[in-house]
Amino acid sequence: MHVERTLPPTLKLRRTAGALATAVGLRGDESPMPKTATFKIWRTHPEGDGTFQTFHTDITDGMVVLDVVHKIQAEQAPDLAVRWNCKAGKCGSCSAEINGKPRLMCMTRLSQVNLLEPVTVEPMRAFPAIKDLVTDVSWNFRVKKAITKFKPRRADAADGTWRMRQRDIDRVQEFRKCIECFLCQDVCHVLRDHHKHEEFIGPRFFVYAANLEMNPLDTEDRVPELKEQHGIGYCNITKCCTKVCPEHIHITDNAIIPLKERVVDRYFDPLTKLLRVFR
Amino acid sequence: MAVYDSFNYDVLVVGAGGAGLRAVIEAAASGVSVGLICKSLLGKAHTVMAEGGMAAAMAHNDDRDSWRVHFADTMRGGQYINNWRMAELHAKEAPDRVRELEAWGAVFDRTPDGRINQRNFGGHRYPRLAHVGDRTGLELIRTLQDHAVHTGMTVHMEHTVVELLLEGGRAAGVVAYDRERGRFHVFTAKAVVLATGGIGRAYRVTSNSWEGTGDGHALAYRAGAELIDMEFIQFHPTGMVWPPSVRGILVTEGVRGEGGVLKNSEGRRFMFDDIPDNYKPQTASDPEEGWRYTQGDKSARRPPELLTRDHVARCINREVKAGRGSPHGGVFLDIAWIKEKIKDSEAHIKRKLPSMYHQFKELADLDITKEPMEVGPTTHYVMGGVRVDADTQMSTIPGLFACGECASGINGANRLGGNSLSDLIVFGKLAGEYAAKFARENGAVRADETRVTRAIQEVLAPFDRGATGENPYKVQSDLQDTMQALVGIVRNQGEMAEALKRIQAFNQRAARVGVTGHRDYHSGWHTAIDLRNLLAVSEAVTLSALERKESRGGHFREDYPDKVAEYGTFNIMVKQGNDGAMKLARVPLPPIPEHLKEVIEEQKS
Repeated sequence: MHVERTLPPTLKLRRTAGALATAVGLRGDESPMPKTATFKIWRTHPEGDGTFQTFHTDITDGMVVLDVVHKIQAEQAPDLAVRWNCKAGKCGSCSAEINGKPRLMCMTRLSQVNLLEPVTVEPMRAFPAIKDLVTDVSWNFRVKKAITKFKPRRADAADGTWRMRQRDIDRVQEFRKCIECFLCQDVCHVLRDHHKHEEFIGPRFFVYAANLEMNPLDTEDRVPELKEQHGIGYCNITKCCTKVCPEHIHITDNAIIPLKERVVDRYFDPLTKLLRVFR
Repeated sequence: MAVYDSFNYDVLVVGAGGAGLRAVIEAAASGVSVGLICKSLLGKAHTVMAEGGMAAAMAHNDDRDSWRVHFADTMRGGQYINNWRMAELHAKEAPDRVRELEAWGAVFDRTPDGRINQRNFGGHRYPRLAHVGDRTGLELIRTLQDHAVHTGMTVHMEHTVVELLLEGGRAAGVVAYDRERGRFHVFTAKAVVLATGGIGRAYRVTSNSWEGTGDGHALAYRAGAELIDMEFIQFHPTGMVWPPSVRGILVTEGVRGEGGVLKNSEGRRFMFDDIPDNYKPQTASDPEEGWRYTQGDKSARRPPELLTRDHVARCINREVKAGRGSPHGGVFLDIAWIKEKIKDSEAHIKRKLPSMYHQFKELADLDITKEPMEVGPTTHYVMGGVRVDADTQMSTIPGLFACGECASGINGANRLGGNSLSDLIVFGKLAGEYAAKFARENGAVRADETRVTRAIQEVLAPFDRGATGENPYKVQSDLQDTMQALVGIVRNQGEMAEALKRIQAFNQRAARVGVTGHRDYHSGWHTAIDLRNLLAVSEAVTLSALERKESRGGHFREDYPDKVAEYGTFNIMVKQGNDGAMKLARVPLPPIPEHLKEVIEEQKS
């Protein structure tokens, strides 16, 4: 399932994954908000590729980038395509690159953005374009289905229920906060720059696999598939995914590294290897 | 002739929130072929916004709880015009539905003895809501989604249904288009399940996403099904009020369940000033008792902030109108005060209400562990919907099923918080089960070519009118202002009659909307299509609300402020007449069996 790329060559050079995670463009101070702003929004062309279109628009206190996109849509460009649902950072639909940084449009307030310069809004570049800000993220759904599903141990009690301590599920609950915005997939250089979509499932699905592996009730063993099919070895822990996660999940430290350790323990630990020889 | 692709399933489910996904799982498990249509990507449905939890009388935190108490609470909350059989099924089956989620990978918060933890919520006598912090809806949808994709069903994402097809008076499938390319698809199915959610987008201030345009309500109505209880709309008392762009976004009732209090600009806890008589025996007499209740003291009674949502919303409305509101037109919701009671309250609040902390921090730049929030009512949920048979969830059209928010009956005049998520899984399961049974017992259907062609022509008409037509966003926005101002929390005859007149005018404008450009991912075009549904449900709400000349639950009329016993004997039903006009009727409530009457009486004390 190779994913087609539609990046213009200049962007490919300018926006490697490493640069993305540290991209500047979000401001920290809270100086008075101007009354108008200029937005450069990516518009795809029907024949492929695309360009930035410049819009000038009025803005008000408290607006987020998604509000501006909606305002432009309602007043200036009714066919502007944008994907969104909850507008509260809970559904993970409105992922985009704002001033080059992967963000949820609904959770990026204008007061955090430098409005003295035009604000650029582009689609996630690691996924094929559909139209304007909307990308084809269907690869993610196919990848998820390929991960061995949850299978619980036999129930602990006669009524078919289980007993678990809160402290034993805290770490799993962190992973289950994931809203599937796919910003971590967008920023991961293994996918974005090296296109390893066939061999590598990306940070989102390591988090998903970790959630299953560390669920106290689960009985499956996903270590072999993590190594062989899901390509966990490709991750070299640059932590770009963690930096862009809107849910602040410690993707690298809490999910990927422990999974890597399980793979290493199983396949590469010299002592285990030795014991295996004598077994 | 119209160009389209065709698909055929035994059971077709429209909507992939909690109810739709649960229906898919049940239908697929019985071996029939199942198709799922969702308006957005899989896993993004509005269910993710549900925060507080799902109500199920598992009695983990208080062993006095049982289905009987849950049933009585639900009926009391619904002001006794609920469908008693749905309330009974719901109370009895919710615990099993919650437990099976755990078998599918859900990870609920735990009690100290390792069972699923349950929290307090408005209108529930005992702690009853299974939850995961304040992101229970996400947990529900993710669990069902991850389970459903392994059942062999086929999902059609970002598809919108524009027409329900019938054959010989029986449901036969749907016509849909895909957002991505704007192509048409015709689905034939032996049974169709509607699980399309709510109608919040008919209002200006709403917690609903763009998807909540009453699609299932309107599709069923136009196909000849009956809608009941459409006058009952739940205005959730606590939505964000500032900044303007996030107005309406939900602030979970869980904040009050964890000890949060409502105050007006004078610093007064105004909820103590107005406690309805039928709730007095269960309500705390002072703030101290209320606090103890939120902390699990079984001898304490609940604080008045946890009275039913309709009541709390009206109290907030009153404070704001009386000039005792907060700077941005709401009231104050304060959880930070618990630092007087709890050591390390900051960490406590962040643990119990993580996404609320996050939401206010990021969107309003406010730290809820230190400052009070500003909140006000927001259009949240419609109790009304497709009239269904309680046991099977089949509508009055054979082969057409409905479940979740777009169906009606379980909630009566007002829904209790937490009963929505449990409604989804209880009735989603029944809808899937009986839709599959119907499909097995009935023969194949065909799509009516003429009807398909006409539906596609209608939907494409805005392109014919092009730039000379009306702007669809403008019509939608004007409709929202009208419903907000004239058919909102407090209603009267004159304003609603005016609303009805305006809705007729909007209908004419909607018939003139135009769009330009290509069909692919064209939001303006989609808004134009959604308008038909919004207008149909708005008319249904207004007509029904005019007919109910009393105040009950989510329907409050200042010209008839009291509850009238006679109105407690029927539901108001709307249906499309032969002339295409909306017709009203009063449908008598099914009589409650004696043994359930006794349950209600025994729980009244």
